[in-house]
Amino acid sequence: MLQYLARRLLLIIPILLGVSVIVFGIMHLTPGDPALLMLGENATQEQYENLREQLGLNEPVVVQYAIWLGRMVQLDLGRSIRSNRPVLEELLARFPATVELAAVAIGLAIIIGIPIGVFSATRPDSFADNVATVGALGGLAMPVFWQGLMMILIFSVWLGWLPSSGRLGGWQYYILPAFTLGTSAVAAITRMMRSTMLETIDQDFIRTAKAKGVLRASVLYHHALRNALLPVVTVIGLQFGNLLAGAVITETIFAWPGIGRLAVDAIRSKDFPVVQGVVMMFAVTYALVNLFVDILYAYIDPRVRTRYSGS
Amino acid sequence: MTTPSSRPSATSSTIDVPAPAKRRRDNRVWRRLRRNRRALFGFVVLLIIVIAALLAEIVSPYDPNAQDLRSRLQGPTAEHWLGTDQFGRDVLSRMIYGGRISLQVGFVSVGIALIIGGGMGLVGGYYSGRIDTVLMAFVDVLLALPAFLLALAIIAALGPGLINVMIAVGIANIPAFARITRSSVITVREQDFVAAARAAGAKDGRVMIRHIIPNALSPVIVQVTLSLAGAILSAAGLSFLGLGAQPPTPEWGSMLSSARPFIREAHWAVTFPGLAIVITVLSLNFVGDGLRDALDPRSKR
Repeated sequence: MLQYLARRLLLIIPILLGVSVIVFGIMHLTPGDPALLMLGENATQEQYENLREQLGLNEPVVVQYAIWLGRMVQLDLGRSIRSNRPVLEELLARFPATVELAAVAIGLAIIIGIPIGVFSATRPDSFADNVATVGALGGLAMPVFWQGLMMILIFSVWLGWLPSSGRLGGWQYYILPAFTLGTSAVAAITRMMRSTMLETIDQDFIRTAKAKGVLRASVLYHHALRNALLPVVTVIGLQFGNLLAGAVITETIFAWPGIGRLAVDAIRSKDFPVVQGVVMMFAVTYALVNLFVDILYAYIDPRVRTRYSGS
Repeated sequence: MTTPSSRPSATSSTIDVPAPAKRRRDNRVWRRLRRNRRALFGFVVLLIIVIAALLAEIVSPYDPNAQDLRSRLQGPTAEHWLGTDQFGRDVLSRMIYGGRISLQVGFVSVGIALIIGGGMGLVGGYYSGRIDTVLMAFVDVLLALPAFLLALAIIAALGPGLINVMIAVGIANIPAFARITRSSVITVREQDFVAAARAAGAKDGRVMIRHIIPNALSPVIVQVTLSLAGAILSAAGLSFLGLGAQPPTPEWGSMLSSARPFIREAHWAVTFPGLAIVITVLSLNFVGDGLRDALDPRSKR
């Protein structure tokens, strides 16, 4: 297990290096002078020279990258052009809100998705199964921004039950954003749960258990579900990536003060140090979540471990 | 398939490629597809959307940009079936023209992903070895960010605009095509008829074009359909954030975001363009799922 962990951890490094090249490229390979782009048209010559110097734009690209990477590793992400505060500070101030929202959303998705998937699989092609399947497909097809606005329209504007924006003030503030963000994850988990459960139920050891006279509920939960959950764990991990992406839009709609909204604001106002910081933060988070999922997977399924340490 | 960004890996499965008895297989696929009610429904709806988009000038009742400030924010009436927006523009007409833009964005970005990603997968899968390692390392780097965030990052670099959205969404879809094409090509490469073609003296290019591509195509076609859905969602999402199509361009995502401040008075200007996205994406997913079932010899149906 330790060996597997070490190998898996090492795999993150080249990936993050690759991302750093992309992120660096965002600022430096774009057409036009980044310093000019960042300052806008009303800058003085002196400001311009200072910024070029500060950004190290007078060096060759490779040197620039090395310097930039060195700073990144030391968590020096530069300063925001808009607020002049350190980027890291801005990111850390916003990050908890995003994690909170994503955690509530994925929690909802697991609580709703797994039971529906299991239920569907035990009654394949029934009316309820069809409703669940079409519902899941609809959930996957709904744009996050439209769903968010529709939920605001129905639950805030028409019914007046729930607040439409903001975060601090109680659990009610979480419901609309978390449901909006979590819907596609519900759909994906439901579909995956249903199909793996169907496959598992078909297998010999389930028939054996039934033949032994094990209770139906016990067969389902102790034998089938445990085995069918494995691929679902992977989907949950993949969904987390989607949640990060969805957070960008959800946070914009619900005025949620997370890093997703920060990203959009930064892109609109050409605040490149912040853009770089947010993208890097997303990549690191995504890599860590995938790492966690892989470890969890190896923990649940011993075959994964042996495959890695074997070679 | 999934929310704004779509990572197709959850639904993509490798498909066994049958030996090249092509004509007969096409018939069987078509028969199976027709029997799948959901796929048929999706296909018909898509056909209607495509025709409406192509004939927008004839079909749409009004000029999509014609303002009529006296009848702004009106609900659905006999003159304006789906109501009017904050400038008194006809929502239905704008939706029809918007369909043209969304489909265009979808096709162009998937085309980019198919050519670059598919090419990478073909070369990597066919030659394997060092080329393959390098290409797949590149793909892994692109996969380090969820597709929608990658597109967002590229937009940050290129600047807002519809063309840049096509490029960004296209690049974000490269990994899916590279991986699926590669695994499909590897399966085909190992088959006897490929060895036979090589033994008969066919060069690499000919083997790839005549033997590998036709037989490795099925999973790629499925991916095209599903990616189209994802690309349309992503592009609409970027436009909604103000990073794609700019007003007054009638694009579904940007229509939604510009009508958003008036949602209390006139929700139809938000509701209907969104519904158009849902219906289009759902139909594409139906067709994609149906195609996969029809092309996959192992499917249960």
